Amino acid sequence: MYMNKTIKELHEDLISGKVTSDELVKESISKSHEVQDKCNAFVTILDDQKGGKVTDNLLSGIPYGVKDNYSTKGILSTGSSNTLKDYVPFFDATAITKLYEAGAIPVNKTAMDEFGMGGTGTTCHTGTVLNPWDLSRMCAGSSAGSAAAVASGVYPYALGSDTGDSIRKPAAFCGIVGYKPTYGMISRYGLFPFASSLDHCGVLTRSVEDAAIVVDTMKGIDKKDMTSWDSSNIKLYDNLTSDVLGKKLFYIKEIVDKNNYKNLPKETIEHLDNFMKTIELVKSLGMEVEEVSINQDLLNAISSVYVVISCAEATSNMSNLTGFIFGPRGEGKNYIEQMKDHRTKGFSSLIKRRFVIGSYVLQIVNQERYFKNAQRARRMIVDTMKELFKKYDGLILPVGTGPAKKLENDEMVTDDELTVLDEHLQIGNFGGFPSITIPNGFVDNLPVGINITGNCYDDQNILNIAYALESKMNYKNQIAKEVK
Amino acid sequence: MSKYYATIGLEMHCEVSETNSKVFSSAKNSYESTPNCNVSPVDMAFPGILPVVNKECVKMAIMMSSILNARIPEYMYFERKNYYYPDLPKGFQLTQNPPEDCVGNGGYIDVEREDGSVFRVDIDNLHLEEDAASLDHFYSTSLIDYNRAGVPLLELVTKPCLHSADDAVSFLETIRSIYQYCGISEADSKKGQIRCDVNVSVSPDPNTLGVKVEMKNVNSFSGVRDAINYEIERQSEALDNGTYEREVEQETRRWDEESAQTIRMRSKVDALDYKYFVEPNIPKYKIEESWVEEIKKSIPELPMQRKEKYIEKYGLSDYDAKILIKEKSVSDYFEKCIEIGIDSKQAANWITVQIMGYINKNNLTINDIYLTPELLKQLIDNITNGTISSKQAKDIFFKVLEEEKEPKAFISKDNAQISDKDELSKIIDEILANNTNQVEQYKSGKDNLFDYFVGQVMKNTRGKANPVITKEILKEKLI
Repeated sequence: MYMNKTIKELHEDLISGKVTSDELVKESISKSHEVQDKCNAFVTILDDQKGGKVTDNLLSGIPYGVKDNYSTKGILSTGSSNTLKDYVPFFDATAITKLYEAGAIPVNKTAMDEFGMGGTGTTCHTGTVLNPWDLSRMCAGSSAGSAAAVASGVYPYALGSDTGDSIRKPAAFCGIVGYKPTYGMISRYGLFPFASSLDHCGVLTRSVEDAAIVVDTMKGIDKKDMTSWDSSNIKLYDNLTSDVLGKKLFYIKEIVDKNNYKNLPKETIEHLDNFMKTIELVKSLGMEVEEVSINQDLLNAISSVYVVISCAEATSNMSNLTGFIFGPRGEGKNYIEQMKDHRTKGFSSLIKRRFVIGSYVLQIVNQERYFKNAQRARRMIVDTMKELFKKYDGLILPVGTGPAKKLENDEMVTDDELTVLDEHLQIGNFGGFPSITIPNGFVDNLPVGINITGNCYDDQNILNIAYALESKMNYKNQIAKEVK
Repeated sequence: MSKYYATIGLEMHCEVSETNSKVFSSAKNSYESTPNCNVSPVDMAFPGILPVVNKECVKMAIMMSSILNARIPEYMYFERKNYYYPDLPKGFQLTQNPPEDCVGNGGYIDVEREDGSVFRVDIDNLHLEEDAASLDHFYSTSLIDYNRAGVPLLELVTKPCLHSADDAVSFLETIRSIYQYCGISEADSKKGQIRCDVNVSVSPDPNTLGVKVEMKNVNSFSGVRDAINYEIERQSEALDNGTYEREVEQETRRWDEESAQTIRMRSKVDALDYKYFVEPNIPKYKIEESWVEEIKKSIPELPMQRKEKYIEKYGLSDYDAKILIKEKSVSDYFEKCIEIGIDSKQAANWITVQIMGYINKNNLTINDIYLTPELLKQLIDNITNGTISSKQAKDIFFKVLEEEKEPKAFISKDNAQISDKDELSKIIDEILANNTNQVEQYKSGKDNLFDYFVGQVMKNTRGKANPVITKEILKEKLI
């Protein structure tokens, strides 16, 4: 059993000859099948994959998973959608190319909410992804398969993408680490777009250190992505340190103060109490934590801003899915009917609903009221955060309203008053802020997480804080154990 | 001529043909007859592709903008125009959306008519966008060629400030030659590089505008002229007949070249909502003042400036200067001639008469022909130094073009003109001695025999005798 180890441990075992890359790949594939049977986490398992050369590169010869919305040359890439159910790309996403160059070995493509549009892991065309801690619960999404696989010990890391909280929430629900670096640090070329201004590439791992190693490899300026930037002077793994003395964090009173809610479910109370315990731990590391109050109206706007902007961009981004150039050709007498047939059959009802919203808010008569106003509100939220980041190194908040939700409530109905608690990670996407979730304990024997978000380009600072905090808790490198 | 007042606005789309790659993809930007050979994943909108702005296109757009005296924006950005059509793989076109900032905002340009008078055209905007794929429709199927998908396109929109088809065409010709002179586009309508939308309204009163009718995709300047005249006629008739209200509505029509009429496509009421929004994958970027200055300095000599130079400096007629500047390639040829020392009037004469005649007849461009300015100089030099006659030069001109050999290959000792008086006198003496009968007849008043003697000299010299000198000597000897 090697696949529950960290990247560094695996690298040392490979270098010392204790194990070969081929053996790691075999173990990872066999573990994939086990997790597939239990959790339905994958769209594709690369059964014929072989090991690779082991070099000085920490990732060489080590298996990893790829979310199915990354374009992988010669490997089925569906975005978990019927519209691309047989699509085999002829080019690799830039992040994938970089991992190949490092010698990393992809072993499977992980299931996700269709095109990243969902937070439950229940809208994949291959069916629902189940939480490895409790098969009656969801993983959250959209990087559901990646989270389930990493938590189950299929490999040390899997790629994710994050438009609202799609890496960071499933990571919390599966008891692992989820990191989305600053917007543009990793090229999005080859990532199937959901909402371009909010989309981020990132990674799910079992430790902060592994997250740093993987993102070091994935990142870099890319001529094919104008929003990417040169981060060659940032070496996350090399500069990882738990010396965080004097760092200043803040949390938002309106989100974590129990008195701000009328009817808190028991698990949310425990979750918030656990959060405050972690805050004490943060302080014990020599960091300062302050409570900051933010206008409730602004906070309440977060989820609507997200819906309006993400749906608008998604409607347009997915207009290329017509079934003419790729994807199954629809039936009909003319191109309009064929396209209609392709899209009617191909998309889940959740996506269709979002397309209707997206179209509506972009219509010339509605655009000012919805789309433009959402952009203004987004700007206000980001400005508020940037102002705070002048004073603080990061924002620390609990992830979600507690542990993973039961699958029978897959409509994700949360009380209105819990919406902000459930959705605040979207702030990180609005501003393109670096944001990392790490596990910080258990509620009802199920893992819960905490998130740290910082200012753009300040990834190192955020990772160091998470790294220091992680070392003070016992959830580093944890593997899911089925509790029921 | 209509008794009503016509108002015309133009939208002129011109493909930027002179960049290496397309406007948002790295595929080659060149006109190809083989379909689908210049295509990248970006042009076919495969999942995960992203647009990357071609800086060279922006540079050319800024150059054009500054020639049009338009305001260049502080920041450059693009918008998505969303609609579904088989020629649009992404389901949206990347473009700019006035009155939002475009690469050129407002502006004007002065245009000269055939008769030399000048009028001003007000520009609404100039924007940079990508072209769609091209479609070929057959009986039961259509074919898509993605070579054109993503080709850079500059769309120039005028204010409704034109009032005749002739002015509209003069304006289009002026703009086309600017595109050519600036090395922005070949602007060749045969390659579909220029397409126009034309808006026409007529009104009995110059101070109010009639109902605007739009005609889409008129693909030649003669088409523009015909379409405008047809619409003015149609709308005027409707006014005359009192059927204007019923027959003229705000709508989009199509110019049908074959039937020479405009055909209704759709009413403006069914206009699509394109749901424009700013392309998030292209960050707004600042257009540095210094860059704009640099671009302005690199604007080459424009046709009107060259025309002025040809008249003022080289002493050409207005007419010749106009012909020379019309096509940049012709004007460049002329400039080269001057540069290597050909007399300007001779060069102009050869180009406007012989060369243009030849290339127009054979449907060629001046760059296609074998006779380079250097070879033209060879030819003219030989006339100047009397080696060949003008008539011979014309024959040699065609031989050079047809056989693709240098002029000197046709100017040997053998066929060099005989201008030597003594030599000619000897030949003439011989001829006169052999034709005593004719000499007698001439001297007794049969004047028309003079040409007979000239003919004999020519026959004897196989056409090489200098005709002027020959005639002089003959006159002397036949007194």
